[in-house]
Amino acid sequence: MADASVGVQTIGWARWRKWRQDIGVFVSNRAALVSLAFLVLIILFCYVGPLIYRTNQTTATLLNASLPPSSQFPLGTDPEGFDVLGRLMVGGQSTLEVAFAVAVISTAFGALIGALAGYIGGAVDSFLMRLVDTMLAIPFLFLAVLIAVLLSPTLPIVALAIAAVSWPSTARIVRSEALTIRTRDYVTAATGFGSWHLQLVGRHILPNTIGSIVVNATLKLATAILLFSAVSFLGLGPPPPATSWGAMATVGVQHLYDNNWWLLWPAAAAIGLTVIAVTLVGDGLYDVAARLSRDAK
Amino acid sequence: MLRFLARRMGQAIAVLLLVSLIMFVFLHAMPGGLVRAQLGPRATRAAVRQLTRLEGLTKPLPVQYGIWLWNLVHGNLGFSYRQNSSVAKLLIEYFPRTLILGGVSFLLTIILAIPLGVFQGSRAQLKLDYAITGGLVALYSLPTFLKGAILILVFSIELQFFPDTAENYGRNFGTDVSVLILPILTLTFGSLAFFSRYIRSSVIDNLGADYVRTARAKGVGEVRLLVRHVLRNSLLPFVSQIGIALPLIVSGTLIIEFLFDFPGLGLLYWDAQQTRTYPIMLGIVLLLSVLVVAGNLLADLAYAVLDPRIRYG
Repeated sequence: MADASVGVQTIGWARWRKWRQDIGVFVSNRAALVSLAFLVLIILFCYVGPLIYRTNQTTATLLNASLPPSSQFPLGTDPEGFDVLGRLMVGGQSTLEVAFAVAVISTAFGALIGALAGYIGGAVDSFLMRLVDTMLAIPFLFLAVLIAVLLSPTLPIVALAIAAVSWPSTARIVRSEALTIRTRDYVTAATGFGSWHLQLVGRHILPNTIGSIVVNATLKLATAILLFSAVSFLGLGPPPPATSWGAMATVGVQHLYDNNWWLLWPAAAAIGLTVIAVTLVGDGLYDVAARLSRDAK
Repeated sequence: MLRFLARRMGQAIAVLLLVSLIMFVFLHAMPGGLVRAQLGPRATRAAVRQLTRLEGLTKPLPVQYGIWLWNLVHGNLGFSYRQNSSVAKLLIEYFPRTLILGGVSFLLTIILAIPLGVFQGSRAQLKLDYAITGGLVALYSLPTFLKGAILILVFSIELQFFPDTAENYGRNFGTDVSVLILPILTLTFGSLAFFSRYIRSSVIDNLGADYVRTARAKGVGEVRLLVRHVLRNSLLPFVSQIGIALPLIVSGTLIIEFLFDFPGLGLLYWDAQQTRTYPIMLGIVLLLSVLVVAGNLLADLAYAVLDPRIRYG
């Protein structure tokens, strides 16, 4: 290599080409692509929707209680007179925010614990893995409710409680990858150059597990939506007049006998379709990650 | 085998100790502490002082943990002044019903998941496989309470086959089977996708193995191949998966018992959560955790008995 800048350019070019290949792998998965488009639409619906379709979502209007769909209320109203379509937008905001927070917190924490356990090994590994076993042994829904109730169930606390029961599986996955990565030559080389342990974990172990971490985070998003719905059903969702998709579906379940289908199905569809879409995007990302790890070998 | 057994038992005990330690921390982290949690916010100062001494709360924390653990091992899980009953007695009353709900559903899941998974695995990538997978994904993507609600809608409101509530379950034990059907079905639908997906991919993996080619070459029929050869090998990893699925099933009972008013541990937990009766909540979580740990241990032992590679590996 004669000129250093040429080398840098080639690396940049190679990166760009690889990046395009990765996107190509994702795009070739039609289901994943459609799901991604659907998720973008859902996000626009929840966050841009209320700016266009303005509804009162803070004070109950009992005169309008449980009206069937009409030109004024496209999806009818709920027993407190809230417009269901507008409520889907607000409920979606809290649902997506909690799910996103859970995915980020639990993945970050789980990945860190897993990387440390796998990299350091020995007694630290044993202890951290027993901790993971312990968290997996306590039935997660019971534990999430316990934590939420102990710390008073506000929305951030509920998100934290769900994250607290969601991180162990990530830790397990990242640990098993870290175990193989730490035996690679470049890690030995970095140790030889005098890298600190933390530097090694941050620079080499975690970045090389990024594929499975991202896939795992996506799946966490799906389970977090389901868990948050379950917690909302148990009455620990956002306090009224705020709502979530789970809380809305719960209202529908409470009125099963009234035949008010618009209370149940829109919220149920929102939960179900979003979870399916997130899962399919995760599948698409998995294909990319599988390719990444094949290239690394 | 003995060494494996000893190591695995040691791990289980360590996990149980950690569970108890976490619960002990929760017990002391709760607002107002253990005494306020039992007596409520309006207790007099004298009562608080008396119970503080009675519960040994003036001793150092490690000693308290030791005493608490000692009591725990002897079945003393504390007292609920609200129900005027010891927590252990409440657990003994409610636990069998949850065990029936979870146990029957668990068996039903396995009975359904194995043929479904094997069938799908042997017909992988065909239209029918995609259709079944689609249906299972749809089931998997709905929260448990919505699955239950849909079953109620179809089977109790439209068809009026089964009651939509199980609140009277246990009054005349054994005779009231019909109230059990919808809760069990709901719980089964929740874990069916998890299991059958696992068996499906396991069967697909095994169908690509060399021994399958050998069996086919010597003329083993397709059904016999699936049942005698592939199924046996696919079930091995499945056994260890059972331990992972246990918390899924146990957590499902909380939702289902609340939805159907089913008088089990889940409903007891929900009531305790409403009234902030922490000794009951902790007792239930402890009991269920012990159950999950024991289940995991049994699954791993079964795995080791079935597969020599694990025992000596």
